[in-house]
Amino acid sequence: MIAPRLRGKDTLMKRQFLPALLSALAIGSLPSALAQAPETYRAGAIVVEAPWSRATPGGAKVASGYMRITNSGSEPDRLVGGSTVVAERFEVHRSTVVDGVARMEPVTGGLEIGPGQTVELKPGTLHAMLVNLRQGLKPGETVKGMLVFEKAGVLKIEYQVGGIGAQAAPAAANAHQNH
Amino acid sequence: MSPLRILRWAAWALVAVLLVQMGVLGLHWYRGERLIPGREPVVTTTGVPAVGGPFSLVNHRGERVTQDTFKGKPTVYFFGFTHCPEVCPTTLFEMSQHLKQLGPDADRLNVVFVTVDPERDTPELLKTYMESFDPRIVALTGTPEEVTAAAKAFRVAYRKVPTEGGSYTMEHSASVIVTDAQGGFVSLIDYHEDKATALAKLKRAIRG
Repeated sequence: MIAPRLRGKDTLMKRQFLPALLSALAIGSLPSALAQAPETYRAGAIVVEAPWSRATPGGAKVASGYMRITNSGSEPDRLVGGSTVVAERFEVHRSTVVDGVARMEPVTGGLEIGPGQTVELKPGTLHAMLVNLRQGLKPGETVKGMLVFEKAGVLKIEYQVGGIGAQAAPAAANAHQNH
Repeated sequence: MSPLRILRWAAWALVAVLLVQMGVLGLHWYRGERLIPGREPVVTTTGVPAVGGPFSLVNHRGERVTQDTFKGKPTVYFFGFTHCPEVCPTTLFEMSQHLKQLGPDADRLNVVFVTVDPERDTPELLKTYMESFDPRIVALTGTPEEVTAAAKAFRVAYRKVPTEGGSYTMEHSASVIVTDAQGGFVSLIDYHEDKATALAKLKRAIRG
């Protein structure tokens, strides 16, 4: 009875360890980020890591949301919606600056995450857009939100808010920003 | 000499003359010289792109400004809007950092942010928005017509794009335009350019 349970735990740990190791390697260039494991949220086969946002300038009506979404299952899933306590709407957009022109196009029909695939929402490309902010975001805050996946369902997450021009997730909620 | 032979010689001579003329014309065209003597050409280029020009807008303190307001110092212009989640706050943030790094030299430079979304970006909203950045950065807005004219003067393209939920976003040129103290074009800073290169361009503009 005991042995299989242990083995089960063992594989689970391995499963958690590998993405953690990979993400640690990916952000290895940021020494301050190495020590802390990013916040991880799971629903079904979907794993969401390190959701974060940027502080907003005064009066701004929009904020962005970034995270890594991994589908550890064998079927494709889609991020079909979401919400936050600070904004009226949640949209997924792809922004580009090509030939000096800044463009933004909405991702329609949901953001697909293929089996075994990791989709990264990060500055300069795919991002969640929190539209019609009820309040501004300040560095060091956390923002509660939800993501809705077609198959994995609803996942509650918290965004860590970094500085206005931050290019990566804040190292940890209590770590001060090094500018 | 047979008439045929004369004709052949004449034809070849004509070809040779035409070739020489074409060569001379080509050379003149290449050098950009005028082809017809006696007709004085109007000089339309100084070798500097015609970026920058007259405009009349309102700053975030509600004051009317024109291109002359910023003469006397090299000036950095960029266009954007406040309903912009990434590019515009990033540019404003980086510009604030450049000003900090320039130290006292920063006061020898104007930094101007022009909205391409005058419908939503009122002077009042811009005032609140700019409080998050270096206080030396000036934000400008105006009537839609005034903004169109200013963007045209700076060869900046922008376009309203509808989004879900009946709202809209703006597509716009994201490059930073650097002018000299007389408002003449100096250089462009691309959005993807690294910070060191951008700072070097600002320093060069300040040195004049």
